[in-house]
Amino acid sequence: MEIIFAGLQQAIYLILAFDRELYSIIFLSLKVSGSALLLAALIGLPIGSLIGLKRFFGRDFIISLLNTFMGLPPVVVGLVFYLILSRSGPLGFMGLLYTPWAMVIVQTALAMPIVAALSHSSIIGVDDIVRKSAITLGATPAQAALKVIMEARYGIMAAIIAAFGRVTAEVGAILIVGGNIAGYTRVMTTTIALETDKGNFELAISLGIILISIALCINILFHFVQKRGIVK
Amino acid sequence: MDLRLSLSHITKSYNSKVVLNNCSIAFERGRIYCIIGPNGSGKSTLLRISALLEQADKGEVIFHDGDRRLYGSIELRRRITLVFPKGGLFNTTVFNNSAYGLSLRKIDRKDIKKKVEAVLKGVGLFDKMNQNALTLSSGEAQRLALARALALEPDILFLDEPTASLDPGSGIIIENIINNLRKKRHMTIIMATHNLFQVQRLADEAIFLYNGEVVETANVKDFFKNPKDERTLQFINGEIIY
Ligand SMILES: Nc1ncnc2c1ncn2[C@@H]1O[C@H](COP(=O)(O)OP(=O)(O)OP(=O)(O)O)[C@@H](O)[C@H]1O
Ligand SMILES: [Mg+2]
Repeated sequence: MEIIFAGLQQAIYLILAFDRELYSIIFLSLKVSGSALLLAALIGLPIGSLIGLKRFFGRDFIISLLNTFMGLPPVVVGLVFYLILSRSGPLGFMGLLYTPWAMVIVQTALAMPIVAALSHSSIIGVDDIVRKSAITLGATPAQAALKVIMEARYGIMAAIIAAFGRVTAEVGAILIVGGNIAGYTRVMTTTIALETDKGNFELAISLGIILISIALCINILFHFVQKRGIVK
Repeated sequence: MDLRLSLSHITKSYNSKVVLNNCSIAFERGRIYCIIGPNGSGKSTLLRISALLEQADKGEVIFHDGDRRLYGSIELRRRITLVFPKGGLFNTTVFNNSAYGLSLRKIDRKDIKKKVEAVLKGVGLFDKMNQNALTLSSGEAQRLALARALALEPDILFLDEPTASLDPGSGIIIENIINNLRKKRHMTIIMATHNLFQVQRLADEAIFLYNGEVVETANVKDFFKNPKDERTLQFINGEIIY
């Protein structure tokens, strides 16, 4: 009990004193997660739109694949990317292992299927009469497709927020490919995991508080977006 | 500006069930055609195929402008439009719904505003311009769907049961709008309806569709006074249902 209170006290001090180590960890976390999210959206949205709008051979397989990847244990994904990025792996020559880039890559791989699969399901949820209406009002097929995507916009935003949630909470995969190097690849979740292990609770608890605050903000945003999406 | 439509031997099946069977109709410009027939007789399907939203299995949908035959280009499609009986409104304001087709046509903002306001006034939705379209009552939604099509001033307007959800007064207002489109703009209007009084008030020509076949098409007076086909008589006497 004492440890927790002491930790809590220290944590509040670190947060309010703008401790350099603490804030550099927070900023790196946000930078890595933000870049990964951006990449995941840039790749996942076109894929989600394509499989949501077009019927083609292999589409069902891609959907199953995305759904599977959506729930894949991050450590497994981390392991796979470790093997790919390690010196003897196929992309080893790029020297990305244990850099923030490796973390961005692995988090993109974790978040992209969520963006793709969830935006796909919100797009197929749009009634086909919307597309037909756009067409009969004079849209080209591409313009009509855009209109359907627009109608799915709240679902798509929810997909991106869900992906952000996965990315910020993630620890296993980035630990494996990032290595938790102080001042270089240390992010919030990996620090919490390792500092707790070492018995250094102050930093772990302050990061925990910040992580929970971020999660709370995300969920408030999530709720707000969903509420806006439901008319009536 | 002289767009004419004719259907030639249109046949359409869904899941090997024949829904339209060898339908041929020539529509003249500037007239109102009312398609009647029991539920499931194929009226909506015929409208969707005519409006180039679906393809027939057999037969042709033929458009002519003067002597020139037009094919299903975007230019042709932008001269015709169909109003669905319900659904298809976009999750945005009443104004944006009405402006959609116009903005696709690259009309400038000022003109869009003017046209949209005019059509919304026409259907009594001017006050609801900033309301989300999905929150409209079903009658208001139907009037918006019509307004959004009217803003485009099509040469041929397809209407699928345009007054089905409307109260009697609103129904008459919409009928007057439809009547004026023909009189003042010489628009061709092809509509499906279940209201036989409406057919008598509005139509120049009536078309009776039964089991996917065009049973009778005639001038509206002859259609009701001297139907040629026994089944037409039975239908207008309320003796044929699905
Ligand atoms: N997409 C579709 N798939 C399968 N069957 C369909 C489809 N669209 C229409 N049908 C069937 O085609 C037949 C004709 O339907 P349609 O909607 O054209 O009838 P309708 O004359 O407009 O009827 P109502 O008066 O009830 O509006 C119906 O039996 C319907 O079930
Ligand atoms: Mg119908």
